[in-house]
This record gives sequence, C-alpha cells and structure tokens, in this order.
Amino acid sequence: MKRFLTVVSALALSLPVSAWANDTLTIGIQLEPPHLDPTSAAAGAIDDVTYANIFEGLTRFTEDGSVIPSLAESWDISKDGLTYTFKLHDGVKFHDGTTMDAEDVKFSLDRARGEDSTNAQKGLFAGIAEVNVLDPRTVEVKLSETDGNFLFNMAWGDAAIVAPESIENIKIKPVGTGAFKFDKWVQGDRVELVRNEDYWGQPADLRSATFKFISDPTAAFSAMMAGDLDAFSAFPAPENLIQFEADDRFKVVIGSTEGETILSTNNKLPPFDNVKVRKALAHAINRQEIIDGAQFGYGTPIGAHLAPHHAAYVDLTGNSQYDPELAKSLLKEAGVEEGVTVSLKLPPPSYARRGGEIIAAQLRAVGINAEISNLEWAQWLEQVFRGKDYNLTIVSHTEPMDIGIYANPDYYFQYDNADFQALIKELRGTTDPEKRNDLLKQAQTIISEDYVNGYLFQLPRLSVAKKEVEGLWANAPTQAVDLTGVRWAQ
Amino acid sequence: MISYLTKRLASLFASLLVASIVIFTVIEVIPGDPAAYMLGMNARADTIAALRSELGLDGGVLERYLAWVGGMLVGDFGTSYTYRTPVADMIADRLWISLPLALYALCLTIVIAIPTGVFAASRRGQAGDYGIVGATQIGVAIPNFWFAMILILIFAIQLRWFSAGGFPGWEKGFWLSVKALTLPAIALALPQAAILTRVMRSSLIEVLGEDFMRTARAKGLTSWQTILHHGLRNALIPVLTIIGLQFAFLLAGGIIIEQVFALPGLGRLVFQSISQRDLIVVESVVMLLVFAVIMTNFLVDLAYAVVDPRLRVAR
Repeated sequence: MKRFLTVVSALALSLPVSAWANDTLTIGIQLEPPHLDPTSAAAGAIDDVTYANIFEGLTRFTEDGSVIPSLAESWDISKDGLTYTFKLHDGVKFHDGTTMDAEDVKFSLDRARGEDSTNAQKGLFAGIAEVNVLDPRTVEVKLSETDGNFLFNMAWGDAAIVAPESIENIKIKPVGTGAFKFDKWVQGDRVELVRNEDYWGQPADLRSATFKFISDPTAAFSAMMAGDLDAFSAFPAPENLIQFEADDRFKVVIGSTEGETILSTNNKLPPFDNVKVRKALAHAINRQEIIDGAQFGYGTPIGAHLAPHHAAYVDLTGNSQYDPELAKSLLKEAGVEEGVTVSLKLPPPSYARRGGEIIAAQLRAVGINAEISNLEWAQWLEQVFRGKDYNLTIVSHTEPMDIGIYANPDYYFQYDNADFQALIKELRGTTDPEKRNDLLKQAQTIISEDYVNGYLFQLPRLSVAKKEVEGLWANAPTQAVDLTGVRWAQ
Repeated sequence: MISYLTKRLASLFASLLVASIVIFTVIEVIPGDPAAYMLGMNARADTIAALRSELGLDGGVLERYLAWVGGMLVGDFGTSYTYRTPVADMIADRLWISLPLALYALCLTIVIAIPTGVFAASRRGQAGDYGIVGATQIGVAIPNFWFAMILILIFAIQLRWFSAGGFPGWEKGFWLSVKALTLPAIALALPQAAILTRVMRSSLIEVLGEDFMRTARAKGLTSWQTILHHGLRNALIPVLTIIGLQFAFLLAGGIIIEQVFALPGLGRLVFQSISQRDLIVVESVVMLLVFAVIMTNFLVDLAYAVVDPRLRVAR
C-alpha cells in the first residue's frame, strides 16, 4: 500500500504545472495543416502556422490589413505601372543557412506561375510577364498590364519566398526566412517552432512556440480550461466565450476577418434568375436574428461584399432591410407561386449549418420552401462551387479584397453584368488609392442593388488567451497566426 | 484440428478479398475530388489538372485497384495525397497510440467485467446482483463520448489531475503517456465493461443450471470451487466472442473518443482523411481495421477450440 501511494504521489508530482514558462507559448488552432507548404495548397491552416512565422514574402500584411515591406525593403514602380523593381534586404538567410537573394525571388515567382504550378492562388501571379535578376539584391518584375493590387498580392502567404535548395522537402520540412524555425511536427497533434536566432529583423520574444490542433470545440474548451493551452486562435464555439469572459484567467480577443459571410445565390437558375425574386430574398432575411442565433451575437451586418474595416466600405445594409411583407409582395409581382421549393446546400462550418436553419425558417415565413442538405467541404466544392448545382448556399468568402469574383460570369454565383466587369477591369488598371476606393464603392453599390447574393455578416475572429499573453493579432487580414510579436506580460 | 484451421484460414482470405473490393468501390464513388479540395475556391482548372496528375489520379479504376492491393501485399500502402508521406509510416505512428489505447481499455474492461459478472451470477436474485445489474444498465445506456466529457470536467478542469487531452509521445516518458491515455481508456472501457459484465453474468447463470454443476457440488466441491473450475470455463465462450468484438470496436471505434481527447490516433486520421478526401489513407486504414477485425475473429475462433475441445474435431 505504501509503495502504491509513492507511485501515486510521484505521478501527481509529474503533472505538468500549466506551462508557465515566460518564453514559450502553446496555442491551439482548429484544423491541422495537411502539409507546410503555403505555395501549393489552399488550406488556411498552413498559413496559420507558417505565415510570417516561418515564411515571408516580398511584402506582408500587418494586423490592420495594410501592406508593408518585408523581404523587399523598398521598390520603384515605373511610370507606366508595368515594371516593379524590388530592392531586397541585405543579409537575409534561410533557416538552412543559405542566402536569400534575387535568384530565390525569381525562382519563387516563376514556380508559382509556371505551367505545372500547383499554387492555389495562381491568379495572383497571372499578370507577371517576366522576372529578371538585376543583381543579387535587386529584382525586376514586369507585368503584362497594370495591376493596382500587385503589392497586395505579393503579401499573400501563397507568394512566400522559397529556396530551390530546400524545395523538395518543403511540405514536411519547411525552410523559410522568418523569425521562427520549424522544429518538429507530430502529425495529428502539434507543430513545434523555435526562435530563429539569426533573424534579419526584430527577433521574436518567444523562445519556442507550439501549435496544437484540436478540431472538436468541446475538446478545445476543455484544453483551455484545464490550462493545457495558453491561447486559442479563432475559437470554434462562440457559445463558450461568455464562460471565458467570466473567468479571471482568460481574455477574449474579438477582431474582424476578411470573411464576408453570404447567402450565395445561383443567378442563372429560376427562381433567383429574376432580380425581383433576389430582392424579395434579401428583404425576407433578418440578419440580426442570424447573427444572434448562429453566432451568439458576434458579427457585423454587411450589405455588400467588402469588409467594414476597409476604407472603401459603404454601408449598404439599408438596401436589404428586413421586411417580410415587402418580400411577399415582390414574390407575387414576380409571379413566384407560394411554397416554391429551392435547395439550400450547407457546408460544415457552424455559421452555415446554424444560419441555414434560421434562414430556412425566415424564408418559409414568406412562402419559399428551402430544402436543406448538409454537405462536406469536398462535396460542396464539387456540387455547388464547381457544378453550380444549387439555388442557395451559405459560405464565408475569406479571401481579402475579393470583390473581383463578381466580374467572372463562370463563378458559382453565375452573375453576368457587363458594366460591373468593365468597372473591375478599370479597378485593376488603377493604382491611385483615392481613385481605387471610389471604384470599389461603385462596385459595392452595383452588386448590392442587383441583389446578387444575400449579404449576412462579416465573420468575426474570436480568440481566447490567458490574461498575460500580449501581442496576438485580433484581426485576420489574411489567414495567419503571427507569433513574431507575442510575449508574456511581466 | 487441421481441417478446422484450414477452413478458418480460407474464410479469412476470402473475407479480406471481398472487403478490399467493397472498400475500394465505396470510396471511389464518394463524391469530391481530392485535388479540388486541396486547392480551394480560387484554384484554376489547369492547376487542379496539374495536381491530379501529380497525385496519380489519372489512371483507370482497375489499374489503381491492382496497384493498391499489390502494394499492400508487400507492405507499401502508397503515399498520402495531403501529407505527402508514406501511408504506412502514418499508420504506424498512429497505431502507437490507438493500439495501446485499445489494449489498455480492453484490460480495464476484462478486469472490471469478469469478476463483477461472476459475482453477480453467484448472488443471483440478491441485493448485490440487483445493484450490479442496475449499474450495468446505466453503463450500457451512457454514450462513451458523454462519459468522456464528464471525466474531463471532473479530473482535468476541476481537479487538474490530468490534462484535458493531447498526447505527449512515448519518447517523453512511459508513465506520462500512460497517464495521457488513462481518461480515454476509462471512457472507452466502462460502457464496454457494462456489456461484458451482463454477458458474463447471464452466461454463467445458464451454466450454473446445468446438470454437471449439480454433480460437481454433489462430489463435495464448495460453491466457489464449482463456479471457478467447472462453471467459468464453460461460460467463457460467449464472453470470448464479445471480447473479440469489443477489441475490434475499441480499435476502430476510438474515433469519437480520439476527437474528444484530441488524441492523434487512427480514428482521428480516418476522420481527417475522409473530410480531406485523402482517399488512399482512408482506404488503407479502413482495410487495416477490417484486417484487425477479421484477425481478431480468427483468433477468437482458435480460442474457442482451446476452450472447447469438441470444436477441434472436424465436422
């Protein structure tokens, strides 16, 4: 018995005394990255782990979404806007000790736009005509047409600068230039990073950081409560946040994302090929009820496809006020018979599944019978996104500044408006910020008045952290969990 | 005995072959293109085509089936579409968690269920028996994931004796890892123990009514001696069957428990792979689990023959 007690007490002593070291951080994220190469897959979890931590690009996003220099310390843009000459930082080394120079930039950009490229955002590089190395620290990029978004595009995780020396194993052993080096990946559980002591810029405060992957919301809650995690970025269950708020040990960090959550509508299929019916749809929806019911009150209502924190944002929610009586009369005018059945196909996120139930109830109240089917992501991509076999779906478009998708008539909304397409073309060719904002405002107004989709809310980013953790990004201007500025309060 | 063994082996191989065809076909017809899933919403058609050919998804169905089965026979399970690492390595890594967890849970199940079942049977109709039957009723009714959450609430969040989930890795220390598996093992084991207790109890009660038990008592053995030497052995056949099924269930059925405890085991791997359309991983893991179930049944069949000599005679 005595022996047994000794064993028990030894076990008790060996319990982790909640990782209270001042220079390491264990942070939870919901999804595990399939691999760690941000330049060849769409999975947001790859950028969560690698963006700014492991990999860097020519430019980068800051927390408020602005674009600042990163590996390129400065650049010149030719008068015609077609040639960008980037001056690279001096003394930048990859984690394997090789030097980062103009050849690596050329390699990265050529690889991303090449014929057998598997870059998920190949479109970002489509405007590049050629990349020339002028000297080891200077690289020239020639565009085929002016692109006001070019510096913005180069800030994406998909435009990270990689080296030909380490490209072969990049998926399991990523080698970048960032403030953290990849250390270890226990698949299914965690990725460990250590500080890059030879970092060219401001070194990280944390000596090491661990990303833990916990997909189940209840497990995520327990892990925070039990003190296994120091923080959880993009906490999956908004209903639990109130418990963290009430707990002295934690703080809840609420920020905004680039995710416009919309009731995507098939503009080619009846009954929503008629703008009157789409208008009726917009007025039948009670946004606040959806935000309260599906998001527990977290989320900003939107009336078009642009993030409210953007300078060019116009509040157009007035175009689609909740007015079921108006919706009913519009439906009657359009000759839609009562009880018409439409499909509502929902991908897995809880905003879609919960929001879908609420929207279906709201539509039923005006005489539209929405038939819900729940799809997995892979099915959703095939049926809805590529097959366009749907009437309605709910999804958050998380790519930053993606209003240009409305100019593509083959996109799954199937919205075809020549005026809008001309406007976006003009926007691409415009570099002046004032002028761009003006065009963006016009673009929002057009899609809002055409009722292309039902505009619901801007997806918030809800994170939880121990009180003493400082410097976590509240906003998500791109998919990223930038740990380079994170530290423990003294 | 030989003919019994040959028959069992033949049916083992036939089952494996049929299973491989069924698994491959079912997974082939699941909608969803792995390449399109990996590249997301902004991918261009030429990029998806480039990735499909990189993944080897261009070949014909029969060609891919034969390559898959042929590979497995020599231990090559192919390369994961998403992780780009050999599937065999991934399975081996995950097996180091799922297998110990299943064995741990099975041991707990047996250690709890057999004595409890025997005790209940020996006290049939008395207070102890009613108590145990009532408790097992509850145990069968409680879903293991709910029970797991209660365990986490009490032992991880309130008492802080255990962490709420995760697995440190065997290289970080044996006891630390056993500790990490303890709550999951208990959560898995208790509902199974409740089932096994009931089977043990009813099977033993049936045997206790047999004539040879009365004879054993008549020749002067005590009540406990008859139960242990004559009753238990005869009552074990249904119990073995259930244990075999339970082991397979514990190995394959850890999916939910592994989610609740964030354990990087086989169940979690299958779950992730299905949603990511990493078909080759799903196929191989499911095949492995089928193999485990069929092998367990085979071993249980052999165990019957050990327990019951009549089965050794060819029929």
